[in-house]
Amino acid sequence: MKLAGFLLLLAGWAIVLSALVLLHSPPAQTAFVLAGIAVELLGLALVVRAHLVPSEARE
Amino acid sequence: MTPLGLSHSSATLCLLLILLVPLGGAGLALINTGLGRSRSAAHAMLASLCVVAVAAIVYVICGFSLEGFTGRPAHVITMGGKTWNWVAKEAFLVRSLQFDGSPASLAAVLQMFSVGLAALIPLSAGADRWRLDACCASTVLLAGITYPLFAHWVWGGGWLAQLAMNYGLGNGFVDGGGASCIQVVGGLTALSMAWILGPRRGKYSHDGMPVAIPGHNVVYVLFGCLLAWVGWLGLNSVGAILFADVEPSRVALVVINTTLSAGSAALTAAAITRIRFRRPDASLSANGWMAGLVASSAAAAFVKPSVTIVIGVIAGAATILAIEGFEFWLAVDDPGGAISVHAVSGIWGLLAVALFADFGDKNAGPGQWLAQLVGIATLLGFVLPLTYGLNWVLNRIYRQRVDLEGERQGMDLHELGAGAYPEFVVHTDEFIQR
Repeated sequence: MKLAGFLLLLAGWAIVLSALVLLHSPPAQTAFVLAGIAVELLGLALVVRAHLVPSEARE
Repeated sequence: MTPLGLSHSSATLCLLLILLVPLGGAGLALINTGLGRSRSAAHAMLASLCVVAVAAIVYVICGFSLEGFTGRPAHVITMGGKTWNWVAKEAFLVRSLQFDGSPASLAAVLQMFSVGLAALIPLSAGADRWRLDACCASTVLLAGITYPLFAHWVWGGGWLAQLAMNYGLGNGFVDGGGASCIQVVGGLTALSMAWILGPRRGKYSHDGMPVAIPGHNVVYVLFGCLLAWVGWLGLNSVGAILFADVEPSRVALVVINTTLSAGSAALTAAAITRIRFRRPDASLSANGWMAGLVASSAAAAFVKPSVTIVIGVIAGAATILAIEGFEFWLAVDDPGGAISVHAVSGIWGLLAVALFADFGDKNAGPGQWLAQLVGIATLLGFVLPLTYGLNWVLNRIYRQRVDLEGERQGMDLHELGAGAYPEFVVHTDEFIQR
């Protein structure tokens, strides 16, 4: 889950970069940048979830 | 943005402002130490000193060669018909730099201090369990790779700074005082370290509730805030002049805004804790103060003082909520609140540029929003995986967390052989669940 989360973070950034390079109209660029950030937030949620301390590891 | 040619008096002013920046580092070191436990106090201060030393040496050896400065040699690629400036092409050991009072030479001095500030931030998240040599090794990665790479994109004429020229996005990604390069990069590294090191022993009980482990010296923390204030005045002012083309005559506005932001954030934090706990909490109010300083960094040169108060109030409130959120809901043990103070408030400061900044006759418009969002997306989507990945690999090669016995004994005795307060009774493990 951790690896998937970090891959999603990178994928979201790639979407943001692609939006700048490939799209020329400001509304389309904005939409894809926001979509890229949404993918990043999804990845961040996965990474956070992967790092939650399991109860058996708590002291 | 391209740097202005500086007059002799402006260069002197810049140099004086740069010399204030190490006080920010002293402040952070005191805050980290005060918010940690008494049995790790000497270790925390020594780690701060070592980390600043390693950061400066590594930055001068190879960091500046990656970061460079606007208008200097860089590796450029062409994508979609536009040039993307990815990384500087400077000689190692700053051999290609003329120390003649030029903006590039002043920027190199400032960056040497700034990378030290960034390196001090993760120490706060790793307090009481991060080995001294591992702190230094991690700082090599931060000062040699992560920091200079991102700082080049923002401050060295890199692709984020070029967003205005290439794609007409406002004034490009704007960060006058280092909210992104220093604070968010340091904050995300702190988050990575908190995840890699794991929580302190006894921090979380079996039912998942965090146990309060209070800082051992609030006086250090509050004095650290005052020192950090002076450092930030220098950092925000000289950063705006060197990296955002702000006229030196606007330093007065930067100073007022930095102070107002810190003050309003601290008062907000004090008010919130007063309402919630019936008394203002000194540690959280100090975190509020620092959050205000951090949030002011990006926009201090471009907003009115009345707006800065709003920025500070939101930073103070967001930091208190974030500290609680990380500790209770996300089980991230961050003894000094570095992730909330530096990463969360830094990102808020970057958004505040898009919301409130006034660039005079330049029309920023919605393009500025997009530029700031692209910068934030780069921090989350590139810097966080990079800094986590580098430290994860380091941890696989060389374990960064102290062993169980060392944690029980305290970092001072275990790693340094002597405590910070030999005449006093030092609290041992009364927080540890038995």
